[in-house]
Amino acid sequence: MKHRTEEELIGYRFGEVNERMEIAAHLEECAECREELARIETVFGALDAMPVPDPGEEYGRRVWQRIAPRLGRRRARWWESQFAPQRLLALGGVVALLILAFVAGRWTKPRIPVRDEADAAKVRERVLVVAVGEHLGRTEMVLMELENAPAGKGQKPINISLTQRRAEDLVEENRLYRQTALNEGDQAMASTLDELERVLLDIANSPEELTPAAFETIRKRIEAQGLLFKVRVVKQGLDERKSNPDAKPAENKSRGTERNKV
Amino acid sequence: MADEVAASDAIAVRRTLGGDRDAYRVLVERHSQTVYRLAYRMMGNRHDAEDVVQESFLRAYQKLKQFAGDANFGTWVYRIAANYAIDRLRQRNTDEARREGPSKSGEDSPGLDPLSQVRDLSPSPERLAGSAQLAEQMKAALAALSPAERTAIVMRHWDGCGIEEIAAVLKSNSNATKNTVFRAVQKLRRAMAPFVERNEARAMGTEG
Ligand SMILES: [Zn+2]
Repeated sequence: MKHRTEEELIGYRFGEVNERMEIAAHLEECAECREELARIETVFGALDAMPVPDPGEEYGRRVWQRIAPRLGRRRARWWESQFAPQRLLALGGVVALLILAFVAGRWTKPRIPVRDEADAAKVRERVLVVAVGEHLGRTEMVLMELENAPAGKGQKPINISLTQRRAEDLVEENRLYRQTALNEGDQAMASTLDELERVLLDIANSPEELTPAAFETIRKRIEAQGLLFKVRVVKQGLDERKSNPDAKPAENKSRGTERNKV
Repeated sequence: MADEVAASDAIAVRRTLGGDRDAYRVLVERHSQTVYRLAYRMMGNRHDAEDVVQESFLRAYQKLKQFAGDANFGTWVYRIAANYAIDRLRQRNTDEARREGPSKSGEDSPGLDPLSQVRDLSPSPERLAGSAQLAEQMKAALAALSPAERTAIVMRHWDGCGIEEIAAVLKSNSNATKNTVFRAVQKLRRAMAPFVERNEARAMGTEG
C-alpha cells in the first residue's frame, strides 16, 4: 500500500486536494497515515495556542484618535490637499529637495559606476541630514512652547490650538522622514523619529482647550521621556555629521537597536 | 448578522465619501480588532501591529473611492492590511540582511532553512513541552518563515482565507500559493518536532 505524502495530507487538512475521496478512503484503512495526519494536526494546535495580546475594548477608539488628524480637515480628495500650495509650503522646500535628490539618485543608478553611486548615496544622506535637522528644530520649538507655557491659573482652560496645528503639520513631515530614514537603513534616526511621532500625535489629538491638569499631564510626559533632550542630542549629532559626513554617532546607534527589540 | 454589519458598513462608506469624516470612525472602531489580530500575527509584536492597523485604515480612507460598494468593507480593509504587512515584513528582512551582511538573502529563497535559526532555542526533548516554551519556539519559527509563507499561513489557518484570496496578496497563482502554505506548515512542523514528535523518523524523512 502506497502511503500518502505529507503534502497531500496537509492539502487534505485544508480541503485543497483533488483526490479528496481517495485520500479519505486511504485514511480509513491506514493507521500509519492517520497518525501522520494527527501529528500534522499538532502544528495547528500549537498555532492556536499562541496568544494575541488583547489590545483592549477601547482599541478601536484609540486607532481613530491616532488617525483622525491624519485624515485631513477636508472634503477634497486626499491628493488635492496633499499637494495644495500651502501644504507644500508647510512641508517646506526641503522636502521637495529631498525627493528630487532621491529621484535623481534612482534615475541615474543603472549607468553610473560604483564610485559615483557611493557619491550619490552620500549626497542623499547629506540632504536627509540637513532636512531632518531642520525638522527637529521645528519640533523642538513645539516642545519648548509646551514646556514653557505659563502654568494655568485655577481652572481656566489653556488653549493650545496654535501649537496643535503646528504639531499636525509636523506629524506628516515626521512620517516622511521616518520612512526615508528606514529606507536608508538609519535605524537610530528612525526610532527617534518614531518616538517623536507619538508625542506629536498626542499633542495633535488633544482637545484644543485643556484643563490645567490635562495640560500638566502632557507636559509631564514630555519631560519624563526626556524628549526635548533627545531631540537636542540627535540634532547635535546631525550637526556633527553635517560638518563631518563620515562620522556616525555610535552611541546613537546602540540606542536605536535596543529600542527595536521591543 | 454579518449581512447587517455589511449593510451598515456600506452606509458608513457612502457617508464618508459624501464628506462626513466621522462616519469613517464607525468603520475604524468596528474593524480595528480584526485587523489588529491579523497584523499582530503577521508582525509578531504589538508596536508594529499597531502601526500596520493605523496605516491600513489610513490607506483604506485614501482609496475609499476605489472601493466597490457591493464588496465587504471588512474584507477590503483586511486585504489592505495584509498587503501592507507583507511589505513591512519584506522591508524588515531587507533591513536585517543589510545589518547582518550578505550571508542572509532575501525572501522566499528556498534554501533558507528556518531550523538553522530555531534549533539553538530548542530545548532537549526531556525538558520539553512546557507550553510557554512551545509558544516561544513557534514564535521563532513563524519569524523564520519568509514573508510570503508567514502571510499564507496566517491568512489560511487563522482567518480561513481561500487560496485565491491569499494568492492575490502574494501576487502569485493558486498552485504556487498552495505550495507556499504547504512549505509554511512543513517548516513549522519541523520547528516544533523536538517538542511533540518522539517518533520522528517519518516526519524528517519526507524532507525534500
Ligand atoms: Zn498510509
